[in-house]
Amino acid sequence: MLNIKDLKASIEDKQIIKGLDLSINKGEVHALMGPNGSGKSTLSYVLSGKEGYEIDSGSVDFKGKNLLELDVDERSNEGLFLAFQYPMEIPGVQTSFFLKTAINAKRKYQGLEEIDALEFAKLVKSKAEELSISPDMLKRDLNVNYSGGEKKKQEILQMSLLNPEMAILDETDSGLDIDALKIVSEGVNKLRNENNSFLVITHYQRLLNYIKPDFVHIIADGKIVKSGNFSLALELEEKGYEEISKTA
Amino acid sequence: MAATEQTIKQVNNLGSNDYKYGFSTEIDDIKSPKGLNEDTVKFISAQKNEPEWMLEWRLNAFKVFNKLPEPNWAKLNIPKINFQDYYYYSSPKSLKDKPKSLDEIDPDILKTYEKLGIPLQEQKLLSGVAVDAVFDSVSVATTYKKQLSDLGIIFCSISEAIKTYPDLIKKYLGSVIPVSDHSFAALNSAVFTDGSFVYIPEGVRCPVELSTYFRINAINTGQFERTLIVADKDSYVSYLEGCTAPMRDENQLHAANVELIALENAEIKYSTVQNWYPGDSEGKGGIYNFVTKRGACRGNNSKISWTQVETGSAITWKYPSCILQGDNSKGEFYSVAITNNRQQADTGTKMIHIGKNTSSKIISKGISAGYANNTYRGLVNIHSKASKSRNFTQCDSLLIGNKCGAHTVPYIESSNSDSMIEHEATTSKINEDQLFYCMQRGLNSEDAVGLIVNGFCKEVLQHLPMEFAVEAQKLVAISLEGSVG
Repeated sequence: MLNIKDLKASIEDKQIIKGLDLSINKGEVHALMGPNGSGKSTLSYVLSGKEGYEIDSGSVDFKGKNLLELDVDERSNEGLFLAFQYPMEIPGVQTSFFLKTAINAKRKYQGLEEIDALEFAKLVKSKAEELSISPDMLKRDLNVNYSGGEKKKQEILQMSLLNPEMAILDETDSGLDIDALKIVSEGVNKLRNENNSFLVITHYQRLLNYIKPDFVHIIADGKIVKSGNFSLALELEEKGYEEISKTA
Repeated sequence: MAATEQTIKQVNNLGSNDYKYGFSTEIDDIKSPKGLNEDTVKFISAQKNEPEWMLEWRLNAFKVFNKLPEPNWAKLNIPKINFQDYYYYSSPKSLKDKPKSLDEIDPDILKTYEKLGIPLQEQKLLSGVAVDAVFDSVSVATTYKKQLSDLGIIFCSISEAIKTYPDLIKKYLGSVIPVSDHSFAALNSAVFTDGSFVYIPEGVRCPVELSTYFRINAINTGQFERTLIVADKDSYVSYLEGCTAPMRDENQLHAANVELIALENAEIKYSTVQNWYPGDSEGKGGIYNFVTKRGACRGNNSKISWTQVETGSAITWKYPSCILQGDNSKGEFYSVAITNNRQQADTGTKMIHIGKNTSSKIISKGISAGYANNTYRGLVNIHSKASKSRNFTQCDSLLIGNKCGAHTVPYIESSNSDSMIEHEATTSKINEDQLFYCMQRGLNSEDAVGLIVNGFCKEVLQHLPMEFAVEAQKLVAISLEGSVG
């Protein structure tokens, strides 16, 4: 699905990703853990194609395509989804209109007709209910005056509507209370199947109690320093980043 | 009778003059001689078969025009206009000179029509393709004309009204915008070509959006439009002007005058979408649009509301205003002005509070991209007798890129201590993170800009009549194509 080889990337001439390798297969959930400033969020921006990030060397293969050559919207329409750590507010744009626009952008890319209004309404209603998102929220402007938890639920709603093959969750657990965390995790777990993959970026092991990863990687100073299974996350929780990095 | 005789004489004289200037005398291809002098004014009046009083009115306006300097307050870079270098009247082209089918039209224009979802028949009319006189919208128009006349509503061209309803015209024409207001107003009064006249009788609520079904007819009103709308006591009318489709015109200089009069308890809602040719990306060849629009709330409890979406023209100079004379009268101004490439716009409103307890609301959204400059200029003036008057103004500017400019110039004058005036203004750049967010959800950069800018303009666009609003939203996105990335 996603194959990152010796990736080096900079922002404003400062190298943040310093030779990172990561391979994610269909149906797998990988967790990426690391301290502040280790390059976690930078990796998610580089993969999704945000402006301002320079690729110094290395390659990223996504479903057999050179991901780094694609525009931001092409990457999305090819099935790469980023759940933002800080979702953007878009004043004056009704949430449901935004959702429909996004769905139709993908359908157009796939050569499909625009979604039927009734079909869309049904689809959104059922997905929103699963995430305890009130219908009222869909009428409000996108992310405007949403609470932290509402914004994160909104990201998961968008993810479930776009049904990506590769989803990157950038600190989706930050700012969530325990109830919201459960709802969000259940949303992710419902989407999991043998044809899609997840990269879950987080500081804490807490989220991984709900979204069980197949692999756990620890990132420090722009490189993956240690990989393992779920027990690595538990070990990390116990010992802390510094000690784990040392033993790597 | 004398007037008619004189007109005939004039036409005859001019006919022979035409020869001298080398113009064809064929009725379907009439142009006034180039340049501007008394004869031009007489020529236009004669072409329209106007009564003598109208000619005199025009000639007087021309005298005034000659004495007035051009307005210079706007933050616009207007090349010196040589008024002698223009034609001031040309009759619509004959069918045989027009393109035969859409195949002969610039594919870029057709692409825009398609994006706007304009029906094929209408595309033909807009692009000037020769069409049979009988087609769907004409019969629709006829049906509505019958419905309107049953209610006593007058809706016709101003030329027709001058002949058929001279009393109403004499009473109201120039009563809101005096001929001597400024030189563009005087110029229009002297050489106006055509426009609309609307009269809504007492107690009548006009059942259709005027010109929704007629907008095609309005296209040929030409470069000096003159419109007059009178809403008698307890009446209501919503009027739509313009068209979302890009309009090309060989005449570079446009100067329209629009006057609205609302009597007691009457309400006029006037919506405009302006998309004249803005010139190429270097700013060459665009239209100069110098518009004077003013409404008078003459009666108590009357209301006038202006909504405008300005996306076209090389230069836009326009301040739709309200004179709030009646007690408790209300004025509103909702504006979206988009400038891209080398376009310039200096637009805003004047709210003149004279009556007691009058209120006004101004919502202005300016969007600037490329090398364009966009200025909001507004005046809120509260007279000493306008006690308990209120104004709320909100001016938001959005910049796309770093070579464009946004300027806000509010003038506030209050001679009254118990009035309330609020002014809010913001300027922001289009947020790269918002664009990235939208594109991460699969929208291409142009759709993302369109979505964000439409969100920014929502407060204004929602005041447009429904079917117009949908087109206007598409227009907002199309106007900004190529502004990002």
